This record gives sequence, C-alpha cells and structure tokens, in this order.
Amino acid sequence: MSARDAVTALRRFGLGPKPGERARIAADPRGFLLQSLTDRAKAQIADTGLEPSHVVFAAAMAAQRRQRLARANAAEPGTIMQDGAKEGMQDTAKEGAAEAAPAPEPRQAPQPAPGASAAISAPPAEKLGQIRREALLGEGAARFRHAAATDNALVERLVMFWSNHFCVSANKGPVRGMAGAYEREAIRPHVLGRFVDMLLAVERHPAMLVYLDNHVSVGPGSRAGTNRGLGLNENLAREILELHTLGVGGGYTQVDVTSLARILTGWTIANLDNPRAEPGRFFFAPPRHEPGEWTVLGKRYPAGGVEMGEAVLRDLAAHRATARHIASKLARHFVAAEPPPSLVAKLERTFLATGGDLAALARTLVEAPEAWAAPPVKVLPPYDFLVAVMRGFTLEPRPELLMRLSAQLGQPLWRPPSPAGWPDADTTWAAPSALRERLRIAEVAARQADRSADPRRVAEDLFGAALGAPTAEAIARAEVREQGLELLIMSPEFQRR
Amino acid sequence: MSSLEAHMISRRTFLRGGVASLALWGLMPRTAIAGARDPRLLVVVLRGGLDGLAAVAPIGDPDYARLRGAIALPASGEGAGLPLDSLFALNAAMPALHALYQRGDALIVHAVHSPYRGRSHFDGQDVLESGLAGVARVEDGWLNRALVQLPAAGRTNPRGLAIGAMVPLLMRGAAPALSWIPKVNDLPLRQSTIARLHDLYAETDPVLARAFAEGMEISRVAEADMPTSAPAPTQPRPALQVPGARLNREFTEAAEAAARFLSTPDGPRIGVLSYNGWDTHANEGPLKGQLAARLGGLDAAIHAFESGMGLAWKETIVAIVTEFGRTAQVNGTQGTDHGMATAALLVGGAVKGGRVLADWPGLKEAALYEGRDLAPTRDLRTVLKGVLRDHLGVPAGALAGSIFPGSAALPPLQGLVA
Repeated sequence: MSARDAVTALRRFGLGPKPGERARIAADPRGFLLQSLTDRAKAQIADTGLEPSHVVFAAAMAAQRRQRLARANAAEPGTIMQDGAKEGMQDTAKEGAAEAAPAPEPRQAPQPAPGASAAISAPPAEKLGQIRREALLGEGAARFRHAAATDNALVERLVMFWSNHFCVSANKGPVRGMAGAYEREAIRPHVLGRFVDMLLAVERHPAMLVYLDNHVSVGPGSRAGTNRGLGLNENLAREILELHTLGVGGGYTQVDVTSLARILTGWTIANLDNPRAEPGRFFFAPPRHEPGEWTVLGKRYPAGGVEMGEAVLRDLAAHRATARHIASKLARHFVAAEPPPSLVAKLERTFLATGGDLAALARTLVEAPEAWAAPPVKVLPPYDFLVAVMRGFTLEPRPELLMRLSAQLGQPLWRPPSPAGWPDADTTWAAPSALRERLRIAEVAARQADRSADPRRVAEDLFGAALGAPTAEAIARAEVREQGLELLIMSPEFQRR
Repeated sequence: MSSLEAHMISRRTFLRGGVASLALWGLMPRTAIAGARDPRLLVVVLRGGLDGLAAVAPIGDPDYARLRGAIALPASGEGAGLPLDSLFALNAAMPALHALYQRGDALIVHAVHSPYRGRSHFDGQDVLESGLAGVARVEDGWLNRALVQLPAAGRTNPRGLAIGAMVPLLMRGAAPALSWIPKVNDLPLRQSTIARLHDLYAETDPVLARAFAEGMEISRVAEADMPTSAPAPTQPRPALQVPGARLNREFTEAAEAAARFLSTPDGPRIGVLSYNGWDTHANEGPLKGQLAARLGGLDAAIHAFESGMGLAWKETIVAIVTEFGRTAQVNGTQGTDHGMATAALLVGGAVKGGRVLADWPGLKEAALYEGRDLAPTRDLRTVLKGVLRDHLGVPAGALAGSIFPGSAALPPLQGLVA
C-alpha cells in the first residue's frame, strides 16, 4: 500500500477529502471504499421533501392547460397571435402525452381564435416555467448538499456516472422539472443493484421518454397511426442501442433501430385525463403500439404489448457488447481516457459473470491494482471541482450560487450537451478560460475558508504525502494565507485525480 | 457599510439630544473633555515582506552599492533617492511621502523588526499581527486588544475598521470591527498568484501550464485598458505587471475609504488595511519595475489618505509595517529573498517626524544577520507601544499585559508623537 492510496480513495474514487478524512481512512483506504458499497440505501438522498417526478409533471401539465385556456379566452379575432408563450407553444408537442386515453389537452392548442392580441394578458408561460424552475433548483440544492456532506462519496460518484450515462437534459422544457427526480427515481435505487433494473427504470421514466421523444412516437400501423397519420420517432431506440447498452460498433444495424423503435411505440406518459394511470406516470398506450412481431439483433420478439420492449431491454442488458461498453466507459471515467486494458477486461468479466451486478462491478474497480497505480490525469469536471472545494474547506453550500458557478465553468447541472452526456477525456475541463474562472472561484473560496487556516496544514490534512514538493513549496512561500489556499486549490494535485 | 451607517445615525441622534448630551459631558473622564483631541490610528500592513533597503536606502553605507548591484538606488542622476539625512535616501517613487517628511509629518524607523526570526510569510504576519513574542495559534490581534482598552483611555467608539475582503488577524478579537470591501480589490495579489501558478504549472503540468497561459492572455487582451503612461513593461513575466495607474487606483481606493470612515465625526477611530504583493523574489525593479510601481501606489495612497482626512490629519498617525525585510544582497534573478529587519513608517499630522530613527547596524558581512540580512536593532513593538501610549492614551499596564504580552522589558519608544 502506498501513502498516496488514501488520497486516491478520496479523490479518484470520491469527491475530495473533508478535513481529517484522509488521516481517518489511511489505515485501510480500500476497505473504506468497499464498506461504502455494502448498503444500497446509501445511494439515496435523505428525505428532502422533494416532489416525485409525476407530481411535478402533472402540475406542469395543469398549468399549461390553464394558460392555454386563458390565452384562448383572451384571444380577440382579427389580430395575429404573437409569441405570447413560447415555452407553452413548444410544449404543445412535447408535454402532450398519450392520447390513448384522451390527450392531456387536445393535441392542437385550442384554436388561438384566428389570432390573439399581442398584448395578451400576463405572460402565461411564467407559471409553468416557475414550476419547473423551482423543482430544478430544489433538486440541484439537494444534490449539492448531499455531495458536500456525504461520507460515501464513491456511491455518489457512481450515481453521477450512471446519471451521466443515462443522461436527460433540463434544457428541454418539460424535462426541466423532472431531471432531478429522474435521478432519484431511476438511477439512485439501482447504482448498487443490477444494470438491467436501472435500464428498465430509465427507459420507461417520463423524463427519458420526453427527452428522447418516445412519448410522441406512434406506430404507423397502430390505430392512432392510421387514424391520425402519426408516425415513428427513432430517437430513444437509437440511443438505447448506441449509448445506453451496446455502444457504437456494438453490432446493431439501422433495421435493429427501427424495429426497436416500433417495439417501443406506446411507451408514453399518462395525461391529466387518463382514467387508468396517475397523471405524469409511465403509461403503455396500446392504441399507439405498432402491431406485429419484430426482430432485433437477430432475435424475434412475438407480437405483444409493453413486455416486448422489456424483453428487448433484458436481452440488451445481458449482451456481451453492453458489458464491454460499460466496462470501458467506467474505466475511462474513473482512471484514464486510455485505461489499462487489463482493468477493462476485469470489469467486463465481472459484468458478465454477475449478470450486471453494479455493486460487484464497483468492487472490481476498487480491488483492481491498476485503478490505483495509474497516475492522476483526469482534470476534475466543474461540478466535482466545486464539490471538492466545499468539502476541503468546509464551506456552506449555497446551491443557487453553485449552480450558477457550475454553469459558468461549462457544466450546468443536468444540462449535458447531448444524449451522450458530458465529455470525459482527461483534459476536457482544462480549457483556458475555464482555468481562469477556477482561479476566480479559488479566490472567493480562500476568503471564505476558516480565516486562521494555515495553508500548509490544510494541504497536509487533505493531501499528505500525495502533495508534490513544488506545490508544497509554492504554498509555503505564498505571500498571504489566502494566496496559499488559492495555490492549493489551483494546484495540479487538486485539479486532477 | 450599512451597519456603519446605522451606527452613525444613532450616534448623531444621541448628540442632537442637546441638554442631555451636555449633562453627560460633565461625567466623562478628563481626557475626553480635554479632547478637542480625537486621535486616529490607521495600521497598514504590507504583506509579502517589504524590502526596506530599497524603500529607504542606506546610500551612505559603504557596503550598500556593492550588495545591491544593479538594483541599488543611485546617489545621483536618474532614479536617485530623495534625500532624508546623511545616511538614507527615500525611493524616488515616493515624492508625496518625501514632502510629508520635510514637513515633519513622516518618521522612518529602520533596522526594525517584530520578534519573529523565521522566514515564513504566514508565521511572520501572525507574529506581527498577534503581538505575541513568537509563533503561536491565536485568535485575536494586538490592535483589537488595544481597542478594548480605549474606553479606559477615555476614548469613545471602541470599534475598529477593516478595509478589505477579510478582517485581518490584527483586527480580529473581542472589540467589534466594521469591514468595508473596496470595488477594485486585491489586484496585486491576483497578479502575484497568477505568476506563482505559471511557475508551478511550468514545473509540474505542461497541459495546465499552456491552458492557463492562454486563459490569462485572453483576459489580458480583454482587460487591456492600460493607460499608455504606465511604466513600460520591460520584464519577462508580463503577468507580474500591474499597470501603474490601475495599481494606484486599487491602493488609493482603499486609502480613500479608510479616510472617509476615520474622518467621519462619529466614525471608527482605529483602522487597518493591507496591501499585498511585496514579495519581490525576481525582477524586483525598485527603480522602474514592480517595486517602484508598488511604492508609487503606496505613495499615492498616503497622499489620498492625507487629503481625505482633511483637518483630522493633524490628529492622525498611519503606521506602515511589514512582516519582514529582504536579503541584503541581490539574488540571481535581480530580486531579493526573505530577510529580517526592514523599515517601518509613521506618517500623519500627529507624528513628530522629519527624521529617520535607526540604530544602524551596518551592512558589513559580519554585521548581517546570519550573514545575509539586515540585523534587527529595534523591536517594532517598542514603536507600536509608543504610539498606543502617547497617541491613544492606552494605559501602560495593558501595553505590556494584554496587548503585547511578555514585553515588559521593552519600554515604549518616547517622543514619537508631536
């Protein structure tokens, strides 16, 4: 065991040491990590009074309906409808869910009686926007607080990894109010469970269905398809194969994508008037489901309902290519963009041998000597950087500020640039302007840190022998304490893991 | 700021109470009545270690020019020091201070040092600010403990003022302190931090080094509002260059703020501010470069403070101190490293100035502390105790007791106050 191991445990496999933590785990860093993987409950955020996603989604649908009615009532003939509610308009297509049991609202907004006054009432989108914004902020606050405080940072890192693997984006209006709840409902319960269960929870979650458009995908040969001329949307099916399971080059074809898309038709969300399901919950709508049997990756799935898609997902979860894809992605995230092949092989074997037991997968990662021996090359993503600063200097999390800073540094919470999630190259986050912004944050943090903190002692506490001589010397030679803390925060030891 | 305003309003309201106020006057201690006198004290901490031999140069010392080589202040010609006495000259970047000196409003104490004998900035600043005889973990500073003594000295408003983003140790403690953060804050620290990060990355991490350099270049271009009158950048590390005008603005803004508060009729009377960026290991530039720019900024700040104090200037002392001096000999990079004794300045209308107080040890090799630094011949605490006693009326017992514990053998320096 090397003297660096405690730091590796708390940084590479964690969210950065809290004061005293390095010394506390120094006797057995691996044991500390393995212990944290034993209790699935540790992945949950303690009761925070946050709303479940379906409640937020239903509230948003209700607000949208109210606003639409108000708009229609206010409409005066003879003028042209102006923006009025950009978000609301956009949502007409997006939030509107299954019409199997009649659509939440008529699919077309009540005819904005040939035009509505430009000076229509109060901007109706505000209420809807507010519901989503507040939900997002509350969820973000809970996420930051939990990350700053948790003693099981490895589990939180796994949550972050899987949440990014199965990402949704709050940039899409209807997703905004659910992005946080999605993570609590579909990701956290399974990070120490089975991959297949997470996959099933994710792909039927309303946030994912909306994000990748499956809630409006209709089988062309279904009743809704033939009656209304609606059609297929392949987005979710493609990303399931390309991003969530097999990976690019995982051996699937365009035919497989289309077949899976057909199989997933009818996977949508219950609207406000749905008699059979709670509004905002996953709902399988048979009238939208493409009839017939379909073949995916050479296997025929007999005609049926929601169980067809579930069967495909189970098979994908057990696929060799999925094991390889996940193993490689996990190693690249935790260790290096070019991870030791032996490490990837171990992870892949565990995935296959345990049927995708994610706790076993994490144990394999922690127990692999390669994962500890590799030099710290990965520059902390902005979120992890902010959390590490809060933990290291015991700063009180101010969630609104943190969410703003995270965005300023290039990583707004739950708003990745694409369904592929945040990029994960070793130095993705070392962009010139980003480092400059980090220095500004370091300055603020250094001023808020314990005012009598001696930077030399803080550095020793957090890093011990893992602190290189040049950094130790630069800190010791700083002109004033806060400069010493700034240099510590900006040092390669702090910036990389 | 708002708390200060609230406080001031309540005091004014109280004084407008007319008869009641007059009645109270009769009960106040004599010093307060005698007190048309209303003394103010501002302590300025120069963090990083001021090179006392470059600020107040012993040009009459036969070893000075040899030790300082290319960065020695010349006796005549361009960059020549401003004459103080037969031994010392003031750095030419400080004409306003020189004018005050000639008027008798500035006193220079040389070869002076706190009791600290190590070479760490943090520890040196701790000792300077704690008032203790050595390094120890402590939560309050001597200036705050002096504030606590003010009521006993018949002074009202035992409330301190700290200018800057943090209340420094000097002002922390039991007595309440207001703090005010200038808009343009800590530019010199930012510049010095950037320079240090450049060096650290260059040594350890080429990827971060390149990204950081590019990022700083972008912001330099973006912020290029540098006035053309700024000193020509001639030094190899552009990051260290703070344009003179911006530096002056940063220094003077803090000084003006301090003057505003300390000159307010019922405002605080004791304040502290810090100027960072005196750690001149490379390219010290006492004639044209970075140190000249900083000394110029300090000079502008002194001038701005004097103007801002108005009539209260005559009741004011500004004590300008630093954690340690720098090596007597110039190092291999045209700079100086952490040293020992240095110069301290007392400026203000209440100062009995126009002189340099120095028990000069000389710069011969045998006279240098550990063969490298100007030797301390006067304990800074004797100077500070003299100011606290004769300017603020702090009781002698407290000076050697709570304020500078264990300093009974160091009597307050006599005759500092006009």
